[in-house]
Amino acid sequence: MAVRIQMEDFDAGQELNKLRLANSSIGALVSFVGQVRDVNEGDAINTLTLEHYPEMTEKALTAIENEAKTRWDIIDSLVIHRVGTLKPLEQIVLVAVSSAHRGEAFSACEFIMDFLKTGAPFWKKEATNQGERWVEVKLSDDLAKARWEK
Amino acid sequence: MNIKILYFARVKEAVNYSAEELALPNDISTITALKNYLSQRGDTWADLFDGKQTIHAAINHELVDNLATIKAGDEIAFFPPVTGG
Repeated sequence: MAVRIQMEDFDAGQELNKLRLANSSIGALVSFVGQVRDVNEGDAINTLTLEHYPEMTEKALTAIENEAKTRWDIIDSLVIHRVGTLKPLEQIVLVAVSSAHRGEAFSACEFIMDFLKTGAPFWKKEATNQGERWVEVKLSDDLAKARWEK
Repeated sequence: MNIKILYFARVKEAVNYSAEELALPNDISTITALKNYLSQRGDTWADLFDGKQTIHAAINHELVDNLATIKAGDEIAFFPPVTGG
């Protein structure tokens, strides 16, 4: 279980190999990479700037990973989230989960991502040709999270 | 009692503060009471906390609701719904 918040980019392949090779009881590794899109709400995006609440971010993400571990039989997980100003095609986030069998890793990875979207204190501001604007919350993100309510 | 308040994203831009130390009257003991207290600073603050927009609150890095109790030394944060990932 690890959380890293950083300005710099990450090498997803290297991170996944490290996670996969750490334990020979791992039979499945599922990952998600989010990247900056060049368009949102019909406007071209020049840059995306991520602000966060450092002390709380780490705590919230660790709590989400721990919750995933109580719900599924997973072996390890990793969340890397970038902050600062990013351009289209840059990576924003990596979530990776290892387990013995694929079902647990698929579910846990999706769960962590859905809860990160709605519960970790990050805020996106995008720069378009018309100026800067804060990204609005999507109802679909709340619905995605609601699927996991017990 | 003395508390620290942090503001993030849209809220930070609206109030023009990122952080402040505040000596609160002792009868301000919940998030709701604090919101009402800050609302007296003027229209910007009143608009922010009138309930028309969602403003989340955290105490010592944990998300809380409006009824949560504030203690001396707490770090309170106000911010809009999150949009990471």
